[in-house]
Amino acid sequence: MSEDARPLGGSVSSHVLTGWGGTAATVADVVQPGSAVEVAEVVRAAGRRGVLPRGLGRSYGDAAQNAGGTVVDLTRHLDGVRLDEASGTVAVGGGASLDALMRSLLPRGWFVPVTPGTRFVSVGGALAADVHGKNHHADGSIGRHVRAAELVIGTGDVVQLGPGDPLLDATLGGLGLTGVLTAATIAVQPVETSWMTVDTVRAPDLDALMAALEAADRSSRYSVGWIDCLARGPGTGRGVVTSGDHARLTDLPASRAENPLAFAPRSLVRVPPAVPTGLLRRSTVAAFNEAWFRRAPRRRTGEVQSIARFFHPLDGVARWNRVYGPAGFVQWQAVVPFTAADVVGEAVHGFAAAGAPAFLAVLKRFGPHGSGHLSFPQAGWTLALDLPVGVPHLAALLDDLDERVAAVGGRVYLAKDARLRPELVPAMYPRLSEWQEVRHRADPSGVFRSDLARRLHL
Amino acid sequence: MIDALGDPQSVLLLGGTSEIGVATVRVLAGRRLERVVLAGRASPRLEETAESLRRTGVGDVSTVHLDAERTDEHAAALEPVFAAGDIDVVVMAIGELGDQAAAEVDPRLAVEIAQTTFVGPMSALLHCAAALRTQGHGVIVVLSSVAAVRARRANFVYGSSKAGLDACAQGLAAALEGTGVSVVTVRPGFVRTRMTAGRTEAAFAVEPDDVAAAIRSALRDRPEVVWVPGRLRAVMTVARLLPRRVFRRLPG
Repeated sequence: MSEDARPLGGSVSSHVLTGWGGTAATVADVVQPGSAVEVAEVVRAAGRRGVLPRGLGRSYGDAAQNAGGTVVDLTRHLDGVRLDEASGTVAVGGGASLDALMRSLLPRGWFVPVTPGTRFVSVGGALAADVHGKNHHADGSIGRHVRAAELVIGTGDVVQLGPGDPLLDATLGGLGLTGVLTAATIAVQPVETSWMTVDTVRAPDLDALMAALEAADRSSRYSVGWIDCLARGPGTGRGVVTSGDHARLTDLPASRAENPLAFAPRSLVRVPPAVPTGLLRRSTVAAFNEAWFRRAPRRRTGEVQSIARFFHPLDGVARWNRVYGPAGFVQWQAVVPFTAADVVGEAVHGFAAAGAPAFLAVLKRFGPHGSGHLSFPQAGWTLALDLPVGVPHLAALLDDLDERVAAVGGRVYLAKDARLRPELVPAMYPRLSEWQEVRHRADPSGVFRSDLARRLHL
Repeated sequence: MIDALGDPQSVLLLGGTSEIGVATVRVLAGRRLERVVLAGRASPRLEETAESLRRTGVGDVSTVHLDAERTDEHAAALEPVFAAGDIDVVVMAIGELGDQAAAEVDPRLAVEIAQTTFVGPMSALLHCAAALRTQGHGVIVVLSSVAAVRARRANFVYGSSKAGLDACAQGLAAALEGTGVSVVTVRPGFVRTRMTAGRTEAAFAVEPDDVAAAIRSALRDRPEVVWVPGRLRAVMTVARLLPRRVFRRLPG
């Protein structure tokens, strides 16, 4: 209207942004500041629709979108990596990717403390989501390993944060809404090799799968279960548990022991922009799941796998999200306390009955909650799966599951959310008001905004 | 915001008593809808409609007085609506079928129909488009008609006005590309409403709820054009290719 009187159409710096799920596109002005000082200038010049940091865009939903506002991209300039072997820490720019971090650290015998299912996330994004990995039961989420952080807050000040600082706790899992994380110091772990020793167990149903995961958590540092969400009848919830530890030098065959820290993963294939519609039908996905289930051995121990294969199998397929077609998909990830394990069964049966063409879903046991106010992981079972948005009655199915999850003291993962009912957030995240107070002190005029924050009234 | 599954949180209905528009709001009311603004001529019916929508559980239902023909008042009427918060979906449902026979006798009535169905809506749409562009997101749903696609003897005053609006919506969709705002043109066939009551039903007649359901899925998929029922797309593709003499003899 009159405040913005110019012809219709976009401007040069405006970009259409979506999350990894490819849904609910909105437009923002994307800027690429070169330093914390330049970030502060952007924050001070913020317009009415605010500012939001964005990393590599791997949040599934709208967490890294800011319609009509400014989006700060640090991945171009603030991406430095500096290892300090004496203290076992790495100083990184907020825009550095975990992929770059691993390529720099592994050849020198170090590894990140936590990695999610993809290496293509930024450090800022990883902290903003307080990401977890297959070692959550042993090592917690990434926030536990942060030794220091530099944050540009809503006043335009650049502040240094350390463990125990309430603003750091609000930032871990704070979805980028407390400020722009320009740098961090993270504790890293020494490794002898860039390989994993992996055990695999096939489980014929959900009970067996859960029992196998429980056993795996006692014996291994890393564990995960993959569920075939399309199997019905007695095989409902069948799956495969893989667990592992970093391989010692003595675990490697002679051929690999010569260069034990080699790490140069590549994308093998790329999904083309136009995927034929109808590729993802229940029948084709069921066939895929069946083949994958049969391929897994009933039981195998001590297999040596590369880090990329064990942690990031999907990173071998560039732009795999295109498989879901132009309409996109949502990922639903929830956690429920161990005492409410039956909700996992209800969810798995619900998805199986709906015939949702879900590729392998993931089941895992979390350890205790970390210090982040809005951090997702808490002790219990977590289930995650991708669902194309065209699944009939998907909205009602997920709403129903959200209610059950909230009723037993569980929660859904906001960094993956794209459709939660806002009223459920305070129940799922009891520290929400504490987070809001800390955030308000750091950003009294509400500069930091996102589509997710608008949608969920954070 | 409109979520990943197409459910919006706020709707501005231009033509606040339109049956298709109200049916659309009702479909959305059971989902994520929190704010509804009904814009229309001041009337008891407008307030009654607001009251009935409040009973669906939507927390914030308000009315704003907007007369399509008084285009110089549109800015003042619409600006506060957007200033109070984001509008996710604008539904343009203003239009008047009018009395074709009377309009042929008194062209002033034809002008009135064109003002209400095309000129006024175009003005309001341009105001809304600018506001949504600033937001960086939103969907504009424009209710056109099959009558806009090929002129007919029985209702060409209305049809040509809808044709103007339809063309305006197409152009607006192109203008807004890359702004985060989509424009969906909806072309229903015969819809059983107050406006068509007492008229001979055409083939493929639908209810307002059918149009509302089509709009709801369009909010997720954002197609540029939606026909209701969907079969009309094929029917009208053929109809457009028919020789004029044959087309004129078709019933309806």
